[in-house]
Amino acid sequence: METSASTVSGAVRLLPLGDAAWTVEFGDSIDAALHARVLGLAGVLEQARKADDTPDFSGIVDVVPTFRSLTVHYNPLVSNGERLGEVLVHLAQSSGSTSRQGRQWRIPVCFDEEFAPDLNDLAEAKGLSRDAVIALMTGATFQVYMIGFMPGFPYMGGLPAVLEMPRLSSPRKAVPARSLAIAGAMCAVYPWESPGGWRLLGRTPVPMFSAAETAAPSLLASGDRVCWQSVERATYLEMEAAAQSGSLNRHSLLLAQGEP
Amino acid sequence: MPGLIEVIDGKIGNSIQDTGRLGYRHMGITVSGCLDSVLARCANALVGNPPECACIEIRVLGPTLQVRRGRVRVALAGDISATLQRADVRPQPIEPWTSITLDAGETLEIGSVKGGAAYLALFGGIDSLLQLGSRSTYQRALFGGIDGRPLMTGNMLPCASQEPREYREHKAEPWSHDEGAIRVMLGPQDGHFKPESVAQFLDSHYQVTSQMDRMGVRLEGIPLVHLTPEAADIVSDGVTPGAIQVPGNGQPIVLLADCQTVGGYPKIATVISADLPRLGQLKPGQSIRFRALSAAEAHQALLAREARWTAWAGGIVSYMPDVTSLYNDLTSNWVAPDW
Repeated sequence: METSASTVSGAVRLLPLGDAAWTVEFGDSIDAALHARVLGLAGVLEQARKADDTPDFSGIVDVVPTFRSLTVHYNPLVSNGERLGEVLVHLAQSSGSTSRQGRQWRIPVCFDEEFAPDLNDLAEAKGLSRDAVIALMTGATFQVYMIGFMPGFPYMGGLPAVLEMPRLSSPRKAVPARSLAIAGAMCAVYPWESPGGWRLLGRTPVPMFSAAETAAPSLLASGDRVCWQSVERATYLEMEAAAQSGSLNRHSLLLAQGEP
Repeated sequence: MPGLIEVIDGKIGNSIQDTGRLGYRHMGITVSGCLDSVLARCANALVGNPPECACIEIRVLGPTLQVRRGRVRVALAGDISATLQRADVRPQPIEPWTSITLDAGETLEIGSVKGGAAYLALFGGIDSLLQLGSRSTYQRALFGGIDGRPLMTGNMLPCASQEPREYREHKAEPWSHDEGAIRVMLGPQDGHFKPESVAQFLDSHYQVTSQMDRMGVRLEGIPLVHLTPEAADIVSDGVTPGAIQVPGNGQPIVLLADCQTVGGYPKIATVISADLPRLGQLKPGQSIRFRALSAAEAHQALLAREARWTAWAGGIVSYMPDVTSLYNDLTSNWVAPDW
């Protein structure tokens, strides 16, 4: 039996994701300093790819930053996977940290039972009232670490530790679009209906992804900060209708512009 | 004049796909593209197209198509057949693995797929909207295809090229995938499982369940055991088609072309590039096994598959279509008009 050939090098691990991708892992937690190292490597790799068009670099098809790792997808008929892996470890050891102060948003969420099928279970598991869970969610500031999973899906840190719960052991076949959800120490909004195993605590009327906004189809970006604002069902429905008719102004949700 | 095809009956689950939407995974944008990229390449080769041309992926029951304008050369690849309706002629069966040229007004009624996917290529490719570098349909975000959706009755499919200049058609032997265990590389999170569970993953059979779409397929077998209950969750990291994630219930999920860009279940192994197209042929109820390879073996398997494909494409022969049967049909109609 073969074992996966992970390479440990300082705090950096090189993990194979099949024969067409490497994951360079800086750690296994959600941590702003770790994430800054991920973005640091992403930046250095981008520079290196501009300066070097040898096949190992030109075969790279996608570079995906996550909370704690950078996944580099390549065409194995163009890049030499082994050499590319060595280069990535080398770059990761010398690349520094990057961080960016993003925009600050206040986004409405309705916590009605219909929209929050897992809110009661979470409250019960934590020995809290529904209202106490909602107060914790609306009192915290969440940081957007990455956009992933599906177009516009924002992965956010900043969940109060007392609310941390694992994913559902069997994912739902269909999570409704715009559901506010948590898993482990993370928070997110599903931009589209999709299968998913996160716990659903509410729903926002604000679309997370809009192809019509051609310059920035994703509402949120890595580095942004988000506060949730609890709204009544009537307000939710009003804003949902406005969003569907195209009259909801994204900028009305902005509390502060970010650094460019 | 470029051909134009109308979808007379879209049936279910048929979509426009190409080699996928690469370069956007950091925005959460799925790759998509043909589930069985090798069969799609075969279909394109049979009509003389380069591999990146958009074609129709058929998952269950193929669509019925009618040429509205021009002449359109098409070819089917996969375990599938079709019927051609020509004016004043009895319906004519059409086999896969050969090209045929349709005239305006003619109708191609495509049958059901025996495997998991079959492909219809059109000379020049389908000239639908190119979004983020691809024509592939991704229904969840309404990208590509016609309005981001699977083929629907009434859709118009423009062909990218002028009509074929020559009358010769092309045919080849059916492509057959490698058989036996699906080959994987362990990781990136095989260390999240008990060692005996990793051994069991490679030793036992898994049933393909009916919970299957273009995003992934759920398998069923003896549940795999994580090192600890906490090891069933990871802080989300990058995933790719072929990654085999195992949630807390211990039942593997193999990700496919429309899979997410990152995921939070540990991935015990990842299917190698050479065997990814085979995942597109999985059918519910089928029993499958996995076998682990090293990186070097995975690369050799990919080179071997590419060499085999090149040999297959080299075996495409061109021929003048046999018009005798057509004349016989016409003659029999004239001799016995009420037959």
